[in-house]
Amino acid sequence: MFFELPVISVAIWLPIIFGILVLATGDDKNAPLARILAMVGAVLGFLVTIPLYTGFVRDTSDMQFVEMHGWISRFNIHYHLGVDGISVLFILLTSFFTPIVVLAGWKVIEKRVAQYMASFLIMSGIMIGVFSSLDAVLFYVFWEAMLIPMFLIIGVWGGANRVYAAVKFFLYTLLGSLLMLVALIYLYNKTGGSFEILDFHLVAIPMTAQILIFIAFFTAFAVKVPMFPVHTWLPDAHVEAPTGGSVILAAIMLKVGAYGFLRFSIPIVPDASHRLAGVMIALSLIAVVYIGLVALTQTDMKKLVAYSSISHMGFVTLGLFIFNEYGMEGALLQMISHGFVSGALFLCIGVLYDRMHSRNIADYGGVVKTMPVFAAFFMLFAMANVGLPGTSGFVGEFMVILGTVKSNFWYAFAAASTLIFGAAYTLWMYKRVIFGTVANAHVAELTDLTLREKVIFTVLAFTVLGMGLYPLPLSEILHVSVNDLLVHAARSKLP
Amino acid sequence: MDAMTNFMPAAPEIFLLVMTCVILITDSLLKNSGRMVTYMLVQLTLMICALITVGTHVNGVTYIFHGMFVDDLMSDVLKLLTYLAVSMMLVYSRLYLTVRGLFSGEFMVLTLFATLGMMVMISANNFLTLYLGLELLSLSLYAMVALQRDSAAATEAAMKYFILGALASGLLLYGMSMLYGATGSLGLEAVSHAIQSGHANKTLIVFGLVFVVSGLAFKLGAVPFHMWVPDVYHGAPTAMTMLIGSAPKLATFAFVARILVEGLQPLVQHWSGMLVILAIGSMALGNITAIAQTNLKRMFAYSTIAHMGFLLLGFISGSMEGYGSSMFYAVVYALMSLGAFGMIMLLSRAGFEADTLDDFKGLNQRSPWLAFMMLLLMFSMAGVPPTVGFYAKFSVLNAIVQSGYVWLAVAAVLFSLIGAFYYLRIVKLMYFDAPETHTQIVFEPDTALLISVNSLGVLLLGLLPGALMSVCAVSVRQSLLLH
Repeated sequence: MFFELPVISVAIWLPIIFGILVLATGDDKNAPLARILAMVGAVLGFLVTIPLYTGFVRDTSDMQFVEMHGWISRFNIHYHLGVDGISVLFILLTSFFTPIVVLAGWKVIEKRVAQYMASFLIMSGIMIGVFSSLDAVLFYVFWEAMLIPMFLIIGVWGGANRVYAAVKFFLYTLLGSLLMLVALIYLYNKTGGSFEILDFHLVAIPMTAQILIFIAFFTAFAVKVPMFPVHTWLPDAHVEAPTGGSVILAAIMLKVGAYGFLRFSIPIVPDASHRLAGVMIALSLIAVVYIGLVALTQTDMKKLVAYSSISHMGFVTLGLFIFNEYGMEGALLQMISHGFVSGALFLCIGVLYDRMHSRNIADYGGVVKTMPVFAAFFMLFAMANVGLPGTSGFVGEFMVILGTVKSNFWYAFAAASTLIFGAAYTLWMYKRVIFGTVANAHVAELTDLTLREKVIFTVLAFTVLGMGLYPLPLSEILHVSVNDLLVHAARSKLP
Repeated sequence: MDAMTNFMPAAPEIFLLVMTCVILITDSLLKNSGRMVTYMLVQLTLMICALITVGTHVNGVTYIFHGMFVDDLMSDVLKLLTYLAVSMMLVYSRLYLTVRGLFSGEFMVLTLFATLGMMVMISANNFLTLYLGLELLSLSLYAMVALQRDSAAATEAAMKYFILGALASGLLLYGMSMLYGATGSLGLEAVSHAIQSGHANKTLIVFGLVFVVSGLAFKLGAVPFHMWVPDVYHGAPTAMTMLIGSAPKLATFAFVARILVEGLQPLVQHWSGMLVILAIGSMALGNITAIAQTNLKRMFAYSTIAHMGFLLLGFISGSMEGYGSSMFYAVVYALMSLGAFGMIMLLSRAGFEADTLDDFKGLNQRSPWLAFMMLLLMFSMAGVPPTVGFYAKFSVLNAIVQSGYVWLAVAAVLFSLIGAFYYLRIVKLMYFDAPETHTQIVFEPDTALLISVNSLGVLLLGLLPGALMSVCAVSVRQSLLLH
């Protein structure tokens, strides 16, 4: 099925243009207009990505919906877009979350509304650009451009320590990206003058260079994932970001890092990836186990979910670097599921925070008495975070563990411990917040979900359950591309 | 045609000189209120110069005055950009200078003399003409810095600038004399041939080269010859700082390219080694020291040092690709620098200089549009896409990686990471902090329009950098002849 419209370009630029329009509404006098315009842009932005799913040809790993135009001829750089089974899901995830985030910030954000909404719309377009770029420079431009709106979102609308968090976030990610830039330029010269990512996949590279390139990519992507030693920006950024910022950060930005491993590290430097897989698995397992324990001790709900995100992303990197079909497909499903679940959890915390202005677990207790509907939804998402069968969290984790058992039992053993730790920290938090006696007068005065919030949570609940009960529509899209990637990864590229 | 009788390639210079004299006389007849007439005349002169430069352009390389003066694509492009930068500087600084009583005929005449100096530097093809252009530029700038007679800081800055500048000129001249002694010629082509032939005394040549490179480093403000930069940038009135920080960088690029590439290309392995030290030192010291500054002009001075280090990287690569990327870097830097200093002047008012970091606090609440413009400029200076600053860094990095200096590229990006911090701090101040003052920002409509065009230009060139990049690459390739 062919479309006249350049679907991907529209998906990228439509939100950005709406973002600029929203920005043009000016100061807070026009806030209602800015909100409505933002919502229209976000919904349209989601609708235009639907053809990517319906029109997607499932039995090929070739790039689809390809658009290619000359851009900077001097360096042979093209405006080259396309999607395969891996990237298409992330694009849908991104465009799906934009209206939710806009809706979540509808009432809560009162200062500089237009700038807030515009940041998210522009952010959404840029992230779709990251997932669909097939030219390394185009990818890099989107990749870096992502930092600017996110920096502002955390810094302007964040909590008390927002400036520290925003600067930390920016500098951490910039460090990795700059080293990646050098690696990309090296590859450009290696291929004899092409910035096509697909050409990078084919070029032969000696082992030393492969390892150096791997390290450069690693610093860029590991910071975004984030993997164990470079994860410390995430809890700070999450705690200080507004609810919408946390949702985008957890649901999509973290996936960008893992996507980078899939698109760059593994196919471009497969030999180095295999050589260093041990290190990657070790770091992943540290993230799963150690960060899981760290999450257990948190007193701040957002920090707890942030650490839980790092732990879950450890699962993803584990799945990627054991190099088998279960692992990789599981990792991808885990990413999608984690996007929905962590997004939903941050929204839940946001609901509580809007009412109580506290994220401290100790300030709550007995919320179920005043907010029964909310408690039910929160329960579902908490269970999905634990990985209960029937929810989306189960599918990915199960497949990754299955894949890991095939390569090494003890890896799988360590990874499976997350099922216990995850249950411990999530349910313990749930218990302390929701059940028990009503802790104080503030909790007693809480009001249950509004219609707007109910809509958001219902949509998310259906998605989480749907993915858990019937993951086939997702895995059938992934399948061919994942197999192709594994074939690539298995082929040595030493000269 | 006899080389002596063909004046056409030098027509812009001749016209500018004549007009400068005319303006000098006209201005002395005008009353204070008639200063706008002088201003309009200066702008008109620059515009006509641009037309002449375009009109007299011929393909290929033309030498006149017995090879002392050269007209080629690179010189034409750089001259056009110089007119543009000077003209923008005049628009930005008009109100700023008027309220300080500095908007005088001398200021404009000195500006034109400085412009003439830059044009001669750009088109010089002989050690003598190069030196002549450099001195004309420098002397005008010394006088301009000292123009604010009653300011102790400006006088001190002028003094430092003059003494250190004279020292640098001395070093440069000394090196040139040694090269002259060894090769028996002052023409760049002849020097290059003499070195290549191998008859010249190698020790003397390399010794002379050391002095020449030191002199160039002084003029560029590269470490360890950077000491004048922060003091002069800080002490001079912002309009003068803007002039020093923008257009002369283009001329200095041409100056370095003519001497090192056209004249001394056979010594490339000698000078590129020296430049590596200068570049690393500049990027390290410039970026690290800038973090500690609380004065914006001083911070930009250190940032200039760092940027000049990056510009030198292109020369280190020793390839046409690299020289082209350096030129692109110089052009982009001049554009960003104009915008940044323009913003400082825009926020300044009578008796108040908006040149400390705190003056930018909460700018987003005072004027979201200006804050956004400054944000674009700062991200461009930091080299974050989609602004043009990224492509400037990108093309330089590409050139040095191509020449096998991957380690140098890694060092360069690490230093730009440090640099990103202090640019980011300005964005932080503008967007995250509360304003210290709610004073109305007063500006003229043309200045506001120009700063918008300038900053949006940084963004637009970042989205479509191809054309400017190609212009730089092509003009360098067509113009810098390897003898």
